[in-house]
Amino acid sequence: MTAALDFTPAPGAAPLHRMVLAQAGAEVRAVLRNGEQLLLTLIIPVLVLVGFSAAPLLELPGRRVDFVAPGVLALAVMSTAFTGQAIGTGFERRYGVLKRLGATPLSRAGLLLAKTLAVIVVEALQVVVLGAVALAMGWRPHGGLLWAGALILAGTAAFSGLALLMAGTLRAEATLAAANLVYLVLLGIGGVVIPVTAFPDGLRAVTDLLPITALTGGLRSVLGGESGPPAAALLILLAWAALSLGLASRTFRWE
Amino acid sequence: MDSPAVALAGLVKRYGRAVALDGLTLRAERGAVTAILGPNGAGKTSTVEICEGFRRADAGTVRVLGLDPVRDAARLRPRVGIMLQSGGVPPAARAGEWLRTVSRFHAHPLDWRALLALLGLAEHARTPYRRLSGGQQQRLSLAAAVIGRPDLIFLDEPTAGLDPQARHACWEVVRELRARGVSTVLTTHHMDEAEKLADKVVIIDRGGVVAEGSPRSLTGAERQLRFRARPGLDLEELLTALPMGSTAKESPVGHYVIEGHVGPELLGTVTAWCASEGVTADDLSVERRTLEDVFLELTGRELR
Repeated sequence: MTAALDFTPAPGAAPLHRMVLAQAGAEVRAVLRNGEQLLLTLIIPVLVLVGFSAAPLLELPGRRVDFVAPGVLALAVMSTAFTGQAIGTGFERRYGVLKRLGATPLSRAGLLLAKTLAVIVVEALQVVVLGAVALAMGWRPHGGLLWAGALILAGTAAFSGLALLMAGTLRAEATLAAANLVYLVLLGIGGVVIPVTAFPDGLRAVTDLLPITALTGGLRSVLGGESGPPAAALLILLAWAALSLGLASRTFRWE
Repeated sequence: MDSPAVALAGLVKRYGRAVALDGLTLRAERGAVTAILGPNGAGKTSTVEICEGFRRADAGTVRVLGLDPVRDAARLRPRVGIMLQSGGVPPAARAGEWLRTVSRFHAHPLDWRALLALLGLAEHARTPYRRLSGGQQQRLSLAAAVIGRPDLIFLDEPTAGLDPQARHACWEVVRELRARGVSTVLTTHHMDEAEKLADKVVIIDRGGVVAEGSPRSLTGAERQLRFRARPGLDLEELLTALPMGSTAKESPVGHYVIEGHVGPELLGTVTAWCASEGVTADDLSVERRTLEDVFLELTGRELR
């Protein structure tokens, strides 16, 4: 038995920041190593960005890349905070990972903090990669970066709430199917690449209130140089965040 | 004054109409190894999961290190290490990385590399959990239970599915923990595990305790004489030659067990009787009763 393995009891929790960083690191590694997750968070957004910016697939207002880039950034946020997180957490619940973590010194609040941190780190990577590709394709954002950051954070909160609501109540397989379906539907009707101005008024009344539409519209306006805070978009996202996180905290089953 | 590692009184747990625990009372002392022994469905896992705070009892009191596992969860979690019966690890997580992550939740963890090596997993540090064998997964789970240097560990069927070598490695860890003053509560349906490891064995069946004590006190001082011979010996006649209070049975066919004051005299009587019957007694041996025998007597059932 080596000196490093002295089993004499010396229990104690690590400081919260160390626990949260350790868990967040594990979650980021899990995303980056998972092929399907990478497809969802990076490859599809890059393909959408390049495809719709370069090829005249749709009639788009203004310069194509200036319209597509903000939409794809919103798509990236949704893929990580909603789809990836819902599927990941659903399976963690199914495999007893959440139960096991519940027996470690890492509290539930600490775990949620770690998950949030991991989502933000992955989003930062997405913004760097997608931003670089868009800039290379001639994208010229017109300021508004602070407001864009605020929109992304509010969108992350809203999508995380929806992800946890789904993962904490449905079976893992149902979460997998539903999260992918919602991703596809919102990709279609949320103003990611198809302008919502093309939709009939009846449909717009619904789509305009969706978190994805608020995020794409908000990002497009602040990065397109419109001055002033994107108040309506922020309000919609924060309302979704409050509603979904509130519901998730009441309904989430850890086992 | 130290409170016991675990003190349960009058524990009741129902799942729907099924009663899993029916007034179970149990005490596990500090620094000791307590084995909860019983057949599948006896209530072992329910008992342990209530102690771990995963489930709440419908009635009764639960104290773990003197604390309530649900109300005082935040204070207990750093002090208690647990090993689930299965799962709990993300399938894609590499063994070493996962253990390192868990170690960082603790103030004074063991060195995760040394612990992996001790449990024979050094070569698998980079192997994803899902590609480990069942026994390797169990050992990783044991490593995570002890890495935070806890006061108390709960091991739910720690050696189920392990090969003999891995089982002995696990036993070594439990013995070392005991030597260092760690309290262990484990469930098992392996008699030899309970006999070899435990200071105290609690036999439970149908949600209640049927017997408890040291392995020695449970098996008693009584010894058995066992031998093989042709089937159908007349045991009634043999018993008339043996001291009062002796018992004799044929189980299974051709295998004989004599219980009572097994000494040189009784041994002589039995062999002489066999000779007079023209029977050779093969594989004649004198053994202590096993926990298996005790369990069968108490419950009328085999353990597994």
